[in-house]
Amino acid sequence: MSKSPSRLALRAGIAATAAVSLAACGTSGSDGGSEAASSIGDTEGSVSILAWPGYVEDGSNDPTVDWVSGFEEATGCMVDAKTYGTSDEAYQLMQSGGYDVVAASGDLTLRLVASELVAPVNTDLLENYEGIFDFLKNKEWNSVDGVSYGVPHGYGANLLMFNTDEVTPAPTSWDVVFDKASDYSGKVTAYDSPIYIADAAVYLMTHNPELGIENPYALDEDQFAAAVELLKEQNASVGEYWSDYLLEIQAFETGDSVVGTTWQVIQNSISTGNTDVVLPEEGATGWSDTWMIASDAEAPNCAYKWLDYIASPEVNATATAYFGEAPSSEAACDFRDDCEAYHAGDEEYAKQIWYWTTPIAECVDGREDVECVDYSEWTKAWQEIKG
Amino acid sequence: MTATRVSTYLAPRRRLRLAGLLTAPVLWLGLVYVVALAALLITAFWTVDAFTGQVRVEWTTENIVEVLTEALYRTVTLRTLGIAALVTVLDIIVAVPVAFFMAKIARPRMRHLLVIAMLAPLWASYLVKVYAWRALLSGNGLIEWAVAPFGGETPGYGIVGVVLTLSYLWLPYVVMPIYAGFDRVPDRLLEASADLGGRGWRTLTAVVLPMIRPAIIAGSIFAFSLSLGDYITTTIVGGSTQMLGTLVYDNVGSANNLPLAAAISLIPIGIILVYLAAVRRTGALRSL
Repeated sequence: MSKSPSRLALRAGIAATAAVSLAACGTSGSDGGSEAASSIGDTEGSVSILAWPGYVEDGSNDPTVDWVSGFEEATGCMVDAKTYGTSDEAYQLMQSGGYDVVAASGDLTLRLVASELVAPVNTDLLENYEGIFDFLKNKEWNSVDGVSYGVPHGYGANLLMFNTDEVTPAPTSWDVVFDKASDYSGKVTAYDSPIYIADAAVYLMTHNPELGIENPYALDEDQFAAAVELLKEQNASVGEYWSDYLLEIQAFETGDSVVGTTWQVIQNSISTGNTDVVLPEEGATGWSDTWMIASDAEAPNCAYKWLDYIASPEVNATATAYFGEAPSSEAACDFRDDCEAYHAGDEEYAKQIWYWTTPIAECVDGREDVECVDYSEWTKAWQEIKG
Repeated sequence: MTATRVSTYLAPRRRLRLAGLLTAPVLWLGLVYVVALAALLITAFWTVDAFTGQVRVEWTTENIVEVLTEALYRTVTLRTLGIAALVTVLDIIVAVPVAFFMAKIARPRMRHLLVIAMLAPLWASYLVKVYAWRALLSGNGLIEWAVAPFGGETPGYGIVGVVLTLSYLWLPYVVMPIYAGFDRVPDRLLEASADLGGRGWRTLTAVVLPMIRPAIIAGSIFAFSLSLGDYITTTIVGGSTQMLGTLVYDNVGSANNLPLAAAISLIPIGIILVYLAAVRRTGALRSL
């Protein structure tokens, strides 16, 4: 038997693959900038939501935690929710389409706007937008040229956590994880994401002022190299990088990690009682999440209804309390008794936080004479730092 | 009867019969295996739009060159190879005596119990086992508790932890083929060796090992290739260790750079091909 049939089959297979892949790639054309709605029409009956875990709870995880049913009853929009684990995963899901609403952190929002995956939001249509803290409105991570792209949901800082038995006196600076990290060699922990490079930049803003860093997300070549160098030195002392917050809880409970970056919700979950958190004097990075509407939403009216509903004081309070972050609604603290722990509405505290923002070539601090290092370079550098 | 009629029709048509038998599996293999692999290979030559993060069909060898030239990938490849080799060796050292005992010394009842004991861990989820090792390796875990009185300390999270955990995970895959290999060595050969004056060591090296070598190599293929691609174990017990698998995962998950991930994944594919070629030269594949 000759070999030609099998060779033909192989060739056909490759051709088919190429055709399928090409077809899949060829459909990404954009339909131009979309307009914000001018009014809310009749609801569509269902809405598809993409969000962080714990943001859209319908009682199926915990019967006592349910703010979706109230929405469904009030508006007739049935909620179909999907959760994601990282901003990058959410970005991929949004590209695949099919979602009406997305809850996005600041390191995702600009990417969504730039690829025209989300539409501007007419905040005049939302009754509860008025009640949102002013210092969260129209920021660089939820608006472009003064046009709002969503409703703030909640925010928190990446704090410094330390083991009170091993790290004495209590630290007030990030130097315990940078310049003095070798004191705790093998027990330092850091957040496993390229965005953590900004934490090093925040530290350098205070300790290396000659670098002239104005914004940790707008780093030119030299500033970026300095931050990467600092993190490479830190790597020698790092026991573990964490991205799964349950692993971080366990590592601090067992004492395998004694100092490193953390979230408030992690401190709240640790049961051993020998850890504490502090917002160091240099300030910190943090997140501020925004509810956005997809540009190709099939249910824009239900989407507006959801944005309005989730911004109402009581729902905003319930949802942010469940996740462990400060609410965005001023009146939400009437429904929460732990607002103080999260410094909700404390503008001074909020000013010390550099909210996650996507680094792009066009410097977000407004400099025009240099080009900044973009996120794909951050990712590459992050892998080199880990070695 | 329809069945009879179909049989009558098919009986003289050999090729049609063969087609009926093989179409489904070949389609499956072709679609899932060849096409997926081809798609992977092609993606490695594409590029990604830095602004929107979408894959752009634009032929470039940039990714391949980057993977081949940057020090990071060399370091991680060597580390991954070292870990995979160490896991394989450790598993063989543990598996040979265990398999020998199971096949040649244990009574049938005991043998069945041992086979069940060896296979039982495969019933538990991979994740559960890795998390269990995370607890074991912890600073106040079981290992620390056991070795502390003798002045030792737990290896903690890192390369040693990864090697221990992976060796544990893949042990059944190494024991079972070697056990089957020993089972195929007739007892009378051992007796014959003894009759001819061969002591235990001589019998082992001159009679048993040559016969079970294909089985050992089969086991090593499992341990080696499974370690080469692993990324979950590294994430959980590896501390700050990066392996090839984690690089691929990070490039798909956080960097959103599929072409680079595809290019990196060519490294383990290449290594495995070289390994299989080497195994083939030893002739072990033929006697499997």
